[in-house]
Amino acid sequence: MSVDIQTVKRVAHLARIAVSEDDAQRMTGELNAILGFVEQLNEVDVSGVEPMTSVTPVAMKKRQDVVTDGSKTADIVANAPATDENFFLVPKVVE
Amino acid sequence: MTLIDTRTPDPKRLIPGATGDWEVIIGLEVHAQVTSNAKLFSGASTAFGAEPNANVSLVDAAMPGMLPVINEECVKQAIRTGLGLKAQINLKSVFDRKNYFYPDLPQGYQISQFKQPIVGEGIVTVSVGPDRKGEFEDIEVGVERLHLEQDAGKSIHDQNPTMSYVDLNRSGVALMEIVSKPDMRSSDEAKAYLTKLRTIVRYLGTCDGNMDEGSMRADVNVSVRKPGGEFGTRCEIKNVNSIRFVGQAIEYEARRQIGIIEDGGTIDQETRLFDPVKGETRSMRSKEEAHDYRYFPDPDLLPLEFDQAYVDDLAKDLPELPDDKKARLVESLGLSVYDASILVSEKAIADYFEKVAAGRDGKLAANWVINDLLGALNKAGKDIENAPLSPDQLGGVIDLIKEGTISGKIAKDLFEILWNEGGEPRQLVESRGMKQVTDTGAIEKAVDDVIAANPDKVAQAQAKPSMAGWFVGQVMKATGGKANPQAVNDLVKAKLGIE
Repeated sequence: MSVDIQTVKRVAHLARIAVSEDDAQRMTGELNAILGFVEQLNEVDVSGVEPMTSVTPVAMKKRQDVVTDGSKTADIVANAPATDENFFLVPKVVE
Repeated sequence: MTLIDTRTPDPKRLIPGATGDWEVIIGLEVHAQVTSNAKLFSGASTAFGAEPNANVSLVDAAMPGMLPVINEECVKQAIRTGLGLKAQINLKSVFDRKNYFYPDLPQGYQISQFKQPIVGEGIVTVSVGPDRKGEFEDIEVGVERLHLEQDAGKSIHDQNPTMSYVDLNRSGVALMEIVSKPDMRSSDEAKAYLTKLRTIVRYLGTCDGNMDEGSMRADVNVSVRKPGGEFGTRCEIKNVNSIRFVGQAIEYEARRQIGIIEDGGTIDQETRLFDPVKGETRSMRSKEEAHDYRYFPDPDLLPLEFDQAYVDDLAKDLPELPDDKKARLVESLGLSVYDASILVSEKAIADYFEKVAAGRDGKLAANWVINDLLGALNKAGKDIENAPLSPDQLGGVIDLIKEGTISGKIAKDLFEILWNEGGEPRQLVESRGMKQVTDTGAIEKAVDDVIAANPDKVAQAQAKPSMAGWFVGQVMKATGGKANPQAVNDLVKAKLGIE
């Protein structure tokens, strides 16, 4: 698998990362090197092997349905550049 | 997903166009907020209507380093709902990240389930109707899947000319997305399906079904085709928040698409919005990028696994569902399918009815609940939750009829009094002298008076026995409706010498 510069620009855009033409050029090379490296894994025959998520079998941790958090509005909005009445304010997202 | 056509085109559901009839194909994606105290992956409260950003944990605000831990109750609720939809429960499911940017989604992705949802295929039996003849038609709507996912926060756009306000209280609340197969063929069917889904989750207690609070909302997929032909291109109408609007949106959208095709155009697959004020759908400004959510398994969450015994335990404690309740009411109480359908249509109505019917004549109880109570509630624009009469009071009225203390006609008056003023039925009957007159002497006198005053009618009745009813009516009137109608009837016939 390899990527072309168009794909790199598209992925950057989807992630909302600004990438210059030069950077995109360079990153295409870097990404292809990484993809090529990972590609070696394809040499291993894994037919019939269930994909696993953990080396040792672990069950997902679960919580009880109890309210244990919240009521910390000041903390929640503390880093927001703009707030009003504890709402986050963001540049208008509809016309 | 491969589309399978499960239905045969039915002429009475087709929409006439300039070039002949058209068939509308509808599928629904319903988002139902899971009833739970805490959110899907955090310990913050799910309560509606809190102060802005009060019910938010650092997990919901996507602060760096915060990790999601699943709320087991939400898992159980999803399984219960799956069981209620007679669906396949998947013992292993996986959470994925659905990536997109929006200010009310602080993570930059929604934790959802894509390839391996917790619930697979199921079936909902939907009663459509009643039609003009008062009959219901049962159709089956397939469920494609049900998966668990996080809700987003709320953006408010009208508070400020240049800024949007964001409240994350809803962010991270558990949703069940229930995806139907494209099995519906009219707006009535879609409305009936959504109504049935809401009834089921309310019976199960897995979602409160309050559409005006946003606890349930539907994305409606609509396409049109010539009857029995290939499926057409569909449009998705997003976030419709009432059952009535779902119907309106489908009617409008189907006709819009038919108009375009008949004018030689083609339908663009797109996302549309329903405007309830204008009653029309319109295109959402299509984003420059087609949806590219780049789903991948969420590395913060292990697969969700449980065994069959876990599912069986939940199945054991499932409440009686509307279809089963309907069958029971028909079989054990002898109610008509029509009456039973109405009584089970909402859990609150069914609960009310069962309290009234307990230890009483089921048919009589059904008549009073459906004709009198629901009729009066409808007229007053009230819900059964706010009925002025308790089941005990209505049951008291029925007891008084059954034991012959009051006549059916007086019972209606008593109902009125209870509705407007409240009180205890038996005491009211005593204090207001509403008791039925069973004293034959008094009734006899009234009958004699009416006969004496109407010799011409007597002759008519002797020629035509059905005229006896007129005398019964007159006597009832003369006794203020308190005479026992059966006794009056017998006496009138005896005195007139007819039978």
